Amino acid sequence: MQVKYQVEGGDFTSAGYASSQVKKLLKQLNVAPKVIKNVVVALYEAEVNIVAHAYRGVIEVELDPQKITLVLEDEGPGIPNIDLAMQEGFSTASPAVREMGFGAGMGLPNIKRNVDDMQLESQVDKGTRLTLIKFFNA
Amino acid sequence: MNTQHMNHALKLDADKCIGCTHCIKVCPTEAIRVVNGKANVQAERCVDCGECVRACPYNAFYVDEDDWALKEQYKYRVALFPSVFIGQFARNHSQESIYGAILKLGFTHVYEVEQPIALLKEITKEYCADEEKTKPFISSYCPAVVRLIQLKFPSLTENIINIKAPHDLSANYIKRSLMNRGAKEDEIGIFYISPCVAKMAAVKNPIGEKQSIINGVLNMKEAYNRVMKVLETGEVEAVATDFMKRLTRDGVKWGLTTGESKHAKGKSMAIDGIHNVIKFLDRLENDEAPWLHFLEVRACDLSCAGGILLTGNRFLTDDRLRKRAQKFPAAGKVEDLQVTVDLDELRKKLYTDPIPPKPIMMLDTDMGRALEKLARARNIMCHLPGIDCGACGAPTCQALAEDMVQAKAKMSDCIFLQQTWQRQGKISAQKAFDNMENKWGKNRFMPDCNKKGAKNESL
Repeated sequence: MQVKYQVEGGDFTSAGYASSQVKKLLKQLNVAPKVIKNVVVALYEAEVNIVAHAYRGVIEVELDPQKITLVLEDEGPGIPNIDLAMQEGFSTASPAVREMGFGAGMGLPNIKRNVDDMQLESQVDKGTRLTLIKFFNA
Repeated sequence: MNTQHMNHALKLDADKCIGCTHCIKVCPTEAIRVVNGKANVQAERCVDCGECVRACPYNAFYVDEDDWALKEQYKYRVALFPSVFIGQFARNHSQESIYGAILKLGFTHVYEVEQPIALLKEITKEYCADEEKTKPFISSYCPAVVRLIQLKFPSLTENIINIKAPHDLSANYIKRSLMNRGAKEDEIGIFYISPCVAKMAAVKNPIGEKQSIINGVLNMKEAYNRVMKVLETGEVEAVATDFMKRLTRDGVKWGLTTGESKHAKGKSMAIDGIHNVIKFLDRLENDEAPWLHFLEVRACDLSCAGGILLTGNRFLTDDRLRKRAQKFPAAGKVEDLQVTVDLDELRKKLYTDPIPPKPIMMLDTDMGRALEKLARARNIMCHLPGIDCGACGAPTCQALAEDMVQAKAKMSDCIFLQQTWQRQGKISAQKAFDNMENKWGKNRFMPDCNKKGAKNESL
């Protein structure tokens, strides 16, 4: 089953909508609470990343009985140095974004910790594509 | 009275219920459907929050209580109530005269639940000092919230503090101290006057413990009426300052919002109102408040001052109690309780078994089948109007779609779909009308002036 969510850059008030909806779906599927938490924490971080850094994006959710696949594709500035972005504490978030409690630089490493597989592709000035996979009975 | 029995303390008077759908909309767990024109509460989904009782324009829900005469079989008849009870009375009635009136109703002892709160404070402090336990600690004070977490937020059950509610503590405490003064256990009857349906259900059927220590549960609304009646006779002696001697400022405020959270070490928060609680727990599940150490969560707006069995205005009750609290000293050390009971023995009785999750959201225990049902429900949603009118008896179109994939409802339950099918010539007008009567009862849509807002409203 596939579900899609649109994400608007800069719209912090709506950040978290997709992760809340996905959480509801996973509860309906009887996925273990710990796994749900992992997925939701990862997706929420990734969703906020689009809101904080990109112009707009789409989240594609693919569910099958074994796993959830999340593809987050955005149009935005892209990430010039992925290795650097993966370091804990590294952040390019503006002071205004940090003021709202986001942008502590824990995002990408935290996402990686919570999923079984993470692929990050990015093109500067074009956008970023993040693919996350989490198995249900890991 | 045509009574439809349900689990829990909440009952529906089917004669009064007209299936108006107010209750199905406010239920936080979508536990209610209108079936054959009457509200039907699914017991396994109900958390006893009482939102349906508040929303019902026809007073069709009522709350069962034990027989007041039950106490006569005991030599020691204890009225046990939370401090909010006193907060309902206007200032011209002193706390001493209210105590006097309760004794006049046939009780021999009067206790406020929050009297031994120093002990609960200490036990909770010890419990929350354990670094190994999952944080934030979530208070087990409000039984409606505990059940809500079990059903809707199963991953948070391990955060719930496994300590009993104050009424358990005080009931144990009272029993011990009366026994120390020579009473036999079977001579003591403890009657809890409950501010809400959730506490009534919790006393009758406690979560995380085997059996309740309380002998009878009474409805606070009924108790208020009875006490008022005695007070109005003007023949009440002000009594019982002795009964109040262990009452503390912290105890009186315990049932109010921040009553618990302000004693917590570390960062704490207090959330009241069940829909606020749901929104916050949703965030908590996403790990959005990792700094939080202690969470007080209460189903009613303004906590127990807004309990559904209270009379009067919750803001006035809250205000009176906060003023009343100032008359008492702060809760000190447990030794200051000067109790004659064995504290270590009492302490042992105050822990509950871990609270098990009871998830209700899943569509099927098999993930493959659940996924199929989920996909089907989303497909059905394409056909439903999405205006959540409630005329099918389900709170939202989505709830109806989910009922359909569970084989609990059918497409023809939607009155808009029926209209469309009729226009398309797929069903006859008669068939459409029959469908509606099947759902709402025979002759339900004939003119009837005996309803709210109609000609004979008062009849």
